[in-house]
Amino acid sequence: MSVTVQTDVFDAGAALSAFSLGLPDAGGVVSFTGIARNDGDKTEMLELEAYPGFTEPWIEALVKEARARFDLIGAMVIHRVGPILPGEAIVFVATAAAHRRQAFEGADFLMDHLKSRAPFWKKEHGPGGARWIEPRQADYQDLTRWTAEQTPR
Amino acid sequence: MACVLLFGALRDLAGWREQIFDGVSDLDHLHSDIARLYPDLAEAISGPGVQVAVNKALVRGNIILSAGAEVAFLPPMSGG
Repeated sequence: MSVTVQTDVFDAGAALSAFSLGLPDAGGVVSFTGIARNDGDKTEMLELEAYPGFTEPWIEALVKEARARFDLIGAMVIHRVGPILPGEAIVFVATAAAHRRQAFEGADFLMDHLKSRAPFWKKEHGPGGARWIEPRQADYQDLTRWTAEQTPR
Repeated sequence: MACVLLFGALRDLAGWREQIFDGVSDLDHLHSDIARLYPDLAEAISGPGVQVAVNKALVRGNIILSAGAEVAFLPPMSGG
């Protein structure tokens, strides 16, 4: 299990390769890379802020919960802070499990919680100035998928 | 004394990131000091979705502040 909060640009492909090594019990690996969007020239830069010493343990606790809930063999989270340019990776999540469904759901669960619950603050800089971004209603809605009663598959 | 930390939009509103408040005994006391010095900030930190962490642990309601406590006001969060 690995959680990293960093200012440096990272290569999501390299992160996935590193994660996939040494997981002989894994039947599947799933990854998600979130990329800063240009949004039709509206976004010139994103600025991400964390609370050092608070944000990392929060994500570690989330990963621990995901591991237990989805029976994950491994999980990795990388989250950028500081200035982020359009096209750069902002977040990376990878999960490994014995079977694909657990790996998919584990990654989905991690991303839904990182999006609207993790202690980060995001400012969008564009031609019209800067504004703080709050989660969309849809982001909060996504969270309820993990608390609502599970429907049979 | 308590060290107050502001994040996100709260920091821009107040115009500072970190400030020491002397002689505050608990969160209510801190809040009244903030209200006296920075009424706009006091209103914002009472708003919906603002969470409070004392010594990097989320808290609810009024709690006693030990000497040198770190009090962070956390507006609605948004990652990745």
